[in-house]
Amino acid sequence: MFRNQYDSDVTVWSPQGRLHQVEYAMEAVNLGSATVGLKSKTHAVVIALKRATSELSAYQKKIISIDDHIGISISGLTADARILSRFMRNECLNYKYSFDTYIPLNRLISVLGNKMQLCTQRYDRRPFGVGLLVAGYDENGAHIYQTCPSANYYDCKAMSIGARSQSARTYLEKHLDELTSTSLEELIKHGLRALRDTLPPEVDLNTKNVSIGYVGKGENFKILDENETAPYLALIEGEERRGGGSGGAATEAQPADPLREDAGDEGPQDPVPAVAMDTTD
Amino acid sequence: MFDITAPAPPLWSNGPSPGAFYNFPSLQSAPSDFVTHSQAPVTTATSIVAVAYNNGVIIAGDLLGSYGSLARYRNCPRILKVNDNIILGAGGDYGDFQYIKDFVQEKIVSEECLDDGVKLKPKSLYCWLTRIMYQRRSKFDPFWNNLVVGGIQDGNVFLGTVDKLGTAYTDKIICTGYGAHIATPMLRDALDRNPNPSQAEARRLVEKSMEVLFYRDARSYSKYLIGVIDKDEGIKIEGPVEVPTNWEIANFK
Repeated sequence: MFRNQYDSDVTVWSPQGRLHQVEYAMEAVNLGSATVGLKSKTHAVVIALKRATSELSAYQKKIISIDDHIGISISGLTADARILSRFMRNECLNYKYSFDTYIPLNRLISVLGNKMQLCTQRYDRRPFGVGLLVAGYDENGAHIYQTCPSANYYDCKAMSIGARSQSARTYLEKHLDELTSTSLEELIKHGLRALRDTLPPEVDLNTKNVSIGYVGKGENFKILDENETAPYLALIEGEERRGGGSGGAATEAQPADPLREDAGDEGPQDPVPAVAMDTTD
Repeated sequence: MFDITAPAPPLWSNGPSPGAFYNFPSLQSAPSDFVTHSQAPVTTATSIVAVAYNNGVIIAGDLLGSYGSLARYRNCPRILKVNDNIILGAGGDYGDFQYIKDFVQEKIVSEECLDDGVKLKPKSLYCWLTRIMYQRRSKFDPFWNNLVVGGIQDGNVFLGTVDKLGTAYTDKIICTGYGAHIATPMLRDALDRNPNPSQAEARRLVEKSMEVLFYRDARSYSKYLIGVIDKDEGIKIEGPVEVPTNWEIANFK
């Protein structure tokens, strides 16, 4: 019945001081397809790999715009992400109505964090099974935030979440110093290369399975359509693929801390449970 | 035995009389939980005079708290530094102003506690106060005030006002209350002739307005505060300043 004596409920502690249900929820993020977020001084970009559930279906939307200056990319349970995006849109509108200005990213993320935390402390709730990369531009500049089902959130220089995303993080860590003062085009190219590193060798990026969203100084958040994505894909076409997908599974469990601006001590490692239900994107 | 000669007992007693409405003994017929709202201000302050000049905003308001026509309190300051880039002035009910002042300052403090480098801006405060004033008038319980927000936002001068109905507008000159009738035409005339006054020129205009208002407005007072917010010099609130008066012309010599 249970994999563990102490995972019957989100609010149950294990003797090791862990909340197993919360850690299982963290695993839902890794089931979704990979998405990458990165920023320069002037722009924040999110790039996502879209999946189609069957040959007959369309590719599932991965990037959602929240306000003129904010967009999110999701990995995990799509339905949960839609709840969160509706909440964030609401918060943005309320702030704009009250104060006639766009909500600063950190304020939005902290109310979102509070909302997500509630579900990790109540027996009649479950954590949100989705991770978000939030890209935005406000008076403090460009931001990439990562949120987790555990209700932790991180202010990142660059980040990748989702299936096999370790390869993308490896790429981003390697090119971290170039990102701050680069152009939007270069930023998108870096993002595409990072995302391509998560793919198995036989798959490649195309206009159907890639989604790009960006926001910048004086520019509203924009999700590129297939025609607009094509030129960027052409820019990295034919380049040698570095990771090639080989590094994915082996290094998956490594902590992602070096990319986080507030990197601290390492928490406990996540358990790796078997997949119960595949409803993720 | 049954006595045929005795009169018959009454058919019905101790109940509602037939054909009439019965009043239940414990029921109160009139509800007593009506909420009554203030229909008029009590301790009031009069006009605010504000002028935007090329490099900032000047706001002035006198120190009188009137109780109807009685000059009741003589030290009611109503020019307020909100933060480093906002100055707020208020006329109307002084108690409502103190309440507004309290929650605006509470907002500033809680923002300070967040410590995220985001400071309230004049346009945001102006918008927020508009929402609050409109919400209260919609509850039929308005804050009985005219609020004037002045400040510097992104290097630009801002000056706006909200009244008790939530009506709001921005302008280069704003006068409320009696000043709207007496000082506005004077200031408009002066601004037509000199559209971009310097701080000193704007200050002279405001001082002149306060002087005229003291002569003309029966609810005004000779001592007033003058607040200046300037792009370079920051905020300062000066006073009490005394209106120079001359009553010689009052005597027909």
